[in-house]
Amino acid sequence: MPDDSSQSAPDRRPLIAFAWLWVGAPLVYGLYELVQKATKLFSG
Amino acid sequence: MSPPVAPPGWSRWLVPPAALSVHLSIGQAYAWSVFKPPLESALNLDGTESALPFQFAIVMLGLSAAFGGTLVERNGPRWAMTVALVCFSSGLLLSALGAETKQFWLIVLGYGVVGGIGLGIGYISPVSTLIKWFPDRPGMATGIAIMGFGGGALIASPWSAQMLESFGTDHSGIAQTFLVLGLSYAVFMTLGVLLVRVPRTEKPVENAPSAFEGVQVSANSAVRTPQFWCLWLVLCMNVTAGIGILEKAAPMITDFFADSSAAVSASAAAGFVALLSAANMAGRIGWSSTSDLIGRKNIYRVYLGVGALMYALIALFGDSSKPLFILCALVILSFYGGGFATVPAYLKDLFGAYQVGAIHGRLLTAWSTAGVLGPLIVNWIADHQKDAGKSGPSLYTLSFIIMIGLLVVGFVANEFVRPVDARHHVPEPKEEAVDA
Repeated sequence: MPDDSSQSAPDRRPLIAFAWLWVGAPLVYGLYELVQKATKLFSG
Repeated sequence: MSPPVAPPGWSRWLVPPAALSVHLSIGQAYAWSVFKPPLESALNLDGTESALPFQFAIVMLGLSAAFGGTLVERNGPRWAMTVALVCFSSGLLLSALGAETKQFWLIVLGYGVVGGIGLGIGYISPVSTLIKWFPDRPGMATGIAIMGFGGGALIASPWSAQMLESFGTDHSGIAQTFLVLGLSYAVFMTLGVLLVRVPRTEKPVENAPSAFEGVQVSANSAVRTPQFWCLWLVLCMNVTAGIGILEKAAPMITDFFADSSAAVSASAAAGFVALLSAANMAGRIGWSSTSDLIGRKNIYRVYLGVGALMYALIALFGDSSKPLFILCALVILSFYGGGFATVPAYLKDLFGAYQVGAIHGRLLTAWSTAGVLGPLIVNWIADHQKDAGKSGPSLYTLSFIIMIGLLVVGFVANEFVRPVDARHHVPEPKEEAVDA
């Protein structure tokens, strides 16, 4: 049975954006630090 | 606690960030090494003692995932994420108290035992829910979550190091770092607790099959099937082979090129380790998503077969070419990550979505076994080769041959995986499965 979500369902897009930003921001920080370290393999 | 059912119009794309908020937090465990040197000097410990909290945490991860899986299925993902949040954060807070009062046993109890329970319950908490929300792409969905566990260390490692630099590396500075971590992770994981929902129907996606279509097997029945134990062997062999590189990555690349014109410095070796972490993470999402297209059995053929080939290339030609050595190691680590991330979807294919979280929890004992086996093989052999007067790549040749053998064993075990016999199937799984 398909979801009957079309009936006056609130717009979830702001919540989706917030949730992905919540987890994405620290992940980007971690990846930035990783890239900084990894480049030493080719320069160090 | 009844599972939180999604209201009408709830987006399934809210579930992966909920899962990630938990996995990115508990992945902190792999950044434990940051705390080892300051703990050793502040509390007068040796290397073996300072490793105890981490070792306890990994053992408790395996045990709580194995024994708590059925509870997670029964009480739902919000309950599981709440337990994970409370255990993981209070474990860090207990560690803060232990560091402040210089009571190391409190750190072992807090981080290792209490926090370890949080790791195990947190690790399996979103798996079953993600598979139900993404019946069309279970590999990708679980890959995103399990990638978070790899990503957790990338965040926690530099962040903890910076805090220790600010607060100081004495017992009080360590305590403050644990305190900030415990409180921050409690806030961060709250998003997962608040957002996670189970689908309202068995078919949350209109044009995709339900996760409950086909064979459904309970966790208790699954562990009695040869398929479960074949997969256990596959996971154990794949993880052991990955740890074989991961455990000694920095000394390995240094030893391989010690006598060549392209010698590797300590900072370059650290860069190599960082690159391996990236490959591990990328493999989790990349290979697991690929498994949705080419099938679970085929992707494990690649992990195990091509993995063995990569080890053979390193053993035969690794010392003659640095790019070749690095490339092969990266591929092996991507397969290591991919093996972790693809296994929930493989379990769902074989046993259905009915109690896949609980079955996954029990399968994680293979990880605990490999966590002991992998480092043991590589370290023991390298030490003995060194005692025998060997140096350079020859320190690792025997280890690599053993890894190839283990991967071949895993490959054969994967070939033995067949559909589960009808006598293990649950007769009417659908109603129970929706409740779970």
